[in-house]
Amino acid sequence: MKLLSKRNGYFLLVILATGFFYTRDGDITTSVYATGTAFALPLALAAMVGIMCERTGIVNIGIEGTMLISAFVAFFVSSLTQNIMIGLFAAILTGSLMGLLLALMSVSWRMDQIIAGTILNILATGLTSFLYVQGKTIPSVFQSIEVPVLSKIPFFGPVLFIHGPLTFLGLAIILTLYFAIYHTPWGLRSRAVGEHPSSADTAGVSVARLRYINVTIAGAIGALAGAYLSLELVGSFERGFTAGKGFTALALMIFGRWNPLGALAAALFFGLAQAYANQLMIDQVVNIPTQFTAALPYIMTIVVLTISAGKVRPPAAEGQPYEKGQS
Amino acid sequence: MSALLEVNGITKRYPGVVANDNVSLTVNAGEVVALLGENGAGKSTLLKAVFGLIKPDSGEIKISGTPIVFGDTAGVISRGVGMVHQHFQLVPVMTVAENLILGDEPKLGLFINQKSARDEIISLSKRYGLEVDPDAVIEDLPVGMQQRVEILKALRKDVKLLILDEPTAVLTPQEIDELLEVIRNLAKSGVGVVLITHKLHEVMAVADRVVVLRGGKLVGTTSPKETDEAGLAQMMVGRSVVLQVNRTEAKRGGVVLEVKGLEVRDDRKIMSVKGVDLTLHKGEILGVAGVEGNGQREFVEAICGMRHREAGEVLINGIATKDMNPHSVHEAGISHIPEDREKHGLVSNYTIADNLVLNQFDQEPFAKGWIRNLAEVAKNATQLVEKFDIRTPSAFNTAGSLSGGNKQKVVVARELSEELPVLVAAQPTRGVDVGSIEFIHNQLISARDKGAAVLLVSAELDEILSLSDRIAVMSDGKIVAIVDSKDADRNYIGRLMAGLKE
Repeated sequence: MKLLSKRNGYFLLVILATGFFYTRDGDITTSVYATGTAFALPLALAAMVGIMCERTGIVNIGIEGTMLISAFVAFFVSSLTQNIMIGLFAAILTGSLMGLLLALMSVSWRMDQIIAGTILNILATGLTSFLYVQGKTIPSVFQSIEVPVLSKIPFFGPVLFIHGPLTFLGLAIILTLYFAIYHTPWGLRSRAVGEHPSSADTAGVSVARLRYINVTIAGAIGALAGAYLSLELVGSFERGFTAGKGFTALALMIFGRWNPLGALAAALFFGLAQAYANQLMIDQVVNIPTQFTAALPYIMTIVVLTISAGKVRPPAAEGQPYEKGQS
Repeated sequence: MSALLEVNGITKRYPGVVANDNVSLTVNAGEVVALLGENGAGKSTLLKAVFGLIKPDSGEIKISGTPIVFGDTAGVISRGVGMVHQHFQLVPVMTVAENLILGDEPKLGLFINQKSARDEIISLSKRYGLEVDPDAVIEDLPVGMQQRVEILKALRKDVKLLILDEPTAVLTPQEIDELLEVIRNLAKSGVGVVLITHKLHEVMAVADRVVVLRGGKLVGTTSPKETDEAGLAQMMVGRSVVLQVNRTEAKRGGVVLEVKGLEVRDDRKIMSVKGVDLTLHKGEILGVAGVEGNGQREFVEAICGMRHREAGEVLINGIATKDMNPHSVHEAGISHIPEDREKHGLVSNYTIADNLVLNQFDQEPFAKGWIRNLAEVAKNATQLVEKFDIRTPSAFNTAGSLSGGNKQKVVVARELSEELPVLVAAQPTRGVDVGSIEFIHNQLISARDKGAAVLLVSAELDEILSLSDRIAVMSDGKIVAIVDSKDADRNYIGRLMAGLKE
């Protein structure tokens, strides 16, 4: 790896900017970064859904729907049972079923995967709008945990080590996925299936089975992203609650080159930008219309996709159904 | 003791075709069995069934006396069967090591044990004398090296039965010799080998027994001791095949195609055609001989407008053709049978009928203004399928569903049906069975006799020698000699191809 690579340049820029802001106002900078991390997590997790699916050759544009319906189930089951743990598990079950449905449509029925993903999105929007009831509450959100010792480190402590349990779980999943993709037999097989499925097939790896497993687990991760929004970050649910985060995640996945750490870095950058924009509004440093700050994530998504377009190389077999023995 | 492989009454149907019709086969340890047949005779289907890649409709397959579960590739592999596939089964973006361990990775806890993977590959490549670099990325390797990886992959588990599906199609003569040596040594050590190939001299050289399939049925078993190449060809095709082409004297006319001072760069931007002058006359076949990679591909692509000409020009009947414009080159009168039929010759997802009008779909009678005339397209397809003996249940199946030889016949049919003044044929019979080779050769000769000027580029010296009226030898991007085929001496041309001066 080159020391002066473009990527390292970005990192240096971020570090310098952070240092500059921190010396000007330490407390506010720390709180902006902590908020940024919280904003970034659902995006990063949603990007993991995309990575797990596309690495095995399944395009999943139904991440948005998976997150939306899971956030809904998490909130309303928690409200009904007055137990957020039950809500969380119900959400994960729902997300897995969404993944299973996508696998059924795209692997077994060999449907066009864009249409299959669209079905998930329409299904989620329709169901959550129809079943939505106003005025429900949950007993509490998942409370922040302060990691002993580590949370006392200036700046890094509050930014990284004071978060709710789902944040820590999410970060653990991202790191695990990174190691699993590049260093385990499962990861090698998944990548082979996504790049050149007949190679995996002829080596005795069942393409259909691996795609089913990965897409279903990915659905569960998507559910965690949704549940995080309704049970940890916000503590409520509205119609259209996920607001396009599942689509933004696809852009982050591409920007991070289908690498979990790359997508995490991209998500952190997104989350930070959002947090800064909010802070500028609160401070009334700049007087921008709220519509503009609300549109910021979408504008950034377009910019990011434009920058990375054409330079990246997606898994070669993505989007193509595979029939055993078709080599 | 039971045979190593026993195939009993395998039948496999696809929509419209019976790929295997009640086929039985046995292979014993230490035996090399060659499986012969025309393209589409069902050889690959049969071996894919043995390897658990497809599920036959009926029948039984036993390895060392125990039946296999249909479709269970992993189970078959674990019982000591390895297969080298017709199309490379390697992940292009992964390393040699990653490709070799895929499906059965050495582990260290939950992780892949990279070190023991490397050690295993190094010792494996030493054992068989097939050297590879474990860290090289597949897509950066030349095809011969990729084939080596493919073979090592098949040999990795202590194989008892090795299946090779056309392993020599892309290899150079030296690489083929090495491979045949590996096969002989494996057989000596007790491995049973099943080999599919179209090259009859390879069969004669290495096989103990020859099994012939035709139209999905087993038509006979023989051995190299009992027959010769002509006998094998006859069994495959079901009639006697003339391996030698009958060719009358050329009636040479005026100059049609002129190439002047042509210079072309290859994909790596290296100059690979270094100033070629060539004239092609009406009614002759000019063969371009040469070891592959000496600029022939770039030469052909530049003539046909598919690659930028750095310098020089290509004239048809004295009029210069446009650079980098295949459409206008075709309009000017060049038809082209491209080297890579999958990439440049066909659109796999289109029907055979549409592929047959790919270069004239927008012209009368196949279109009127903006509207296609599908009735004419269908009529044309029916005629050409009949005339060029394209074996398909219907002209409206996709081109991708055809076997290699029949795909090539579609390309040949399309390019010859227009009867343009110039025909450029690049490797027209690569990967094609003997019956189809004979057919395509006769079509080229008859195009010549009708007055076409044919430029034939082939890596098969025999093909060049038997078809050409004049032979140009290409070496290191230059035409080093042009000889009349009556005076052509095989050894002399071979030496020129190798770049030796006289």
